[in-house]
Amino acid sequence: MKTRENIARKIVFVILCILAIAWIYPVFMILINSLKGETFISTSSVFQLPNAKSFTGLNNYTNALSSKGFAAAFGYSLIITLTSDVLILVGTSMCAWYITRVNNFLSKLCYALFVFSMVVPFQMLMFTLSSTADRLDLDTPFNICIIYLGFGAGLAVFMFTGFMKSIPLEIEEAAMIDGCNPIQTFFQIVLPILKPTLISVAILETMWLWNDYLLPYLVLDRKKYMTIPILIQYFRGSYGHVEMGPMMACIMMTVLPIIIMYICLQKYIIKGVIAGAVKG
Amino acid sequence: MEKAIRRYWPIFVLPTLAAFCIGFIYPFVQGLYLSFCKFTTIKKATFNGIDNYAYAIQDSGFWHSFWFTALFTVVSTVLINVIAFAIALALTSKIKGSNVFRTVFFMPNLIGGIVLGYIWQILLNCALSLLQKPLLALNATYGFIGLIILMCWQQIGYMMIIYIAGLQSIPDDYIEAAKIDGATNRQVLFRIKIPNVMPSITICTFLTITNGFKLFDQNLALTGGEPAHASEMLALDIYNTFYSRTGPQWKGYGQAKAVIFCIMVIIISMIQLKFTKSREVQQ
Repeated sequence: MKTRENIARKIVFVILCILAIAWIYPVFMILINSLKGETFISTSSVFQLPNAKSFTGLNNYTNALSSKGFAAAFGYSLIITLTSDVLILVGTSMCAWYITRVNNFLSKLCYALFVFSMVVPFQMLMFTLSSTADRLDLDTPFNICIIYLGFGAGLAVFMFTGFMKSIPLEIEEAAMIDGCNPIQTFFQIVLPILKPTLISVAILETMWLWNDYLLPYLVLDRKKYMTIPILIQYFRGSYGHVEMGPMMACIMMTVLPIIIMYICLQKYIIKGVIAGAVKG
Repeated sequence: MEKAIRRYWPIFVLPTLAAFCIGFIYPFVQGLYLSFCKFTTIKKATFNGIDNYAYAIQDSGFWHSFWFTALFTVVSTVLINVIAFAIALALTSKIKGSNVFRTVFFMPNLIGGIVLGYIWQILLNCALSLLQKPLLALNATYGFIGLIILMCWQQIGYMMIIYIAGLQSIPDDYIEAAKIDGATNRQVLFRIKIPNVMPSITICTFLTITNGFKLFDQNLALTGGEPAHASEMLALDIYNTFYSRTGPQWKGYGQAKAVIFCIMVIIISMIQLKFTKSREVQQ
């Protein structure tokens, strides 16, 4: 009985190992090909490791950084993600506090609308949203965060209100009696208590913002600003001949920071995902 | 206290609400209105009743993409949930290196749809050409299978995390008690574990359904709807109706399709809400 269980356990372990290799392999394949010279990347040799002849070192990477606009795209993606994240966290947590603590028509209406907005697919508003953004001059990476605050508010408000309901009122009342006004109470008392939820929401929103393609593609002025997903899409779409080497280097440079961040912040990311799933 | 906070609504609510009006409410209402109009830009919109809807319902491309999406959603939901649950079971059974496996399986979730799509397009096209089969963009069946593989690769880790959390929340006493009563492993699985993770199963099922139904980035990057719109899913069909056709009528059609699409997604969410609510009552 014991040995049978041991054998079963070993079989499961081997299957998991095979799956894990299948999970890593696509990224590994991009890595090895990004180190090959342009002429050596072909459908028949894509699975081979680079050899002395095809190895070009980091040429593809320098090429992608210098002439393919990768650095700028990376910068714009970073700006958009950071500003939108900060704005969403501050704006929606304040709004969520009002919604949970004040019981009037405004807060009920807001809550219902926010929850509704989580369900609506982006295709429903893509045309009107991009023309609205155009008219209000919200088409640069520096102020697209306002659009993101509006469009991404639903999930964040939902998660914050879910958590705030469990914070005891007494703490805030005590602060108010001691002379805090609501703004002080919020920033000095409520926000520190919210920290775990803030991290969860930040992670969920970052995963969305960093990878979002269609919204920035339609809203941003494409001739001037490209984010990473737009750049990679552009690589394939508009040139007659796709330069595979620099493209693979771009993909690698997009994926690597994410993987490094993931390995460092794994605990929080997984917690955030579970929190988001249970609430959503 | 409530009164004190209430006076501060312009500070607490107004900024988010204003952005929400710009980013959601106004475009939504306008989109709803434009679905009854013929337009190329918003200023030049003329009301034309339900013509757009009549066209959208008769459009064979729309129906094709609907069935393609529906089939994709069903197949991917079943595959992803079964495999993710199996992996979660394996990883909660005190196996060596379960943390490493968990890390590896979850990783693809953090990579965006466009990038994932291209990685797999390169990989699958090379594999297909070595096998001397038609490329993804030339054969809708391979495109479909490719999309399924891609979605499994991306989503299994996510669902696995939720299942692991569900399985770990089952008290050990339940399983021990069942074992003492002589339950086999199979009985423990079907009588104890699965009933106790039903909430996770509901969540994951609906997450995969909505993800499959709303899929856009991966579809665009992996097959781009080729060949001849045959592997186009609903979201991409709407996008193409909007942006890759010229003519004054297409944007109205696209908007009408988008409204229909939106209603479908809302219906799925309502069913989900009902499921989660009814389960809460039982507990």
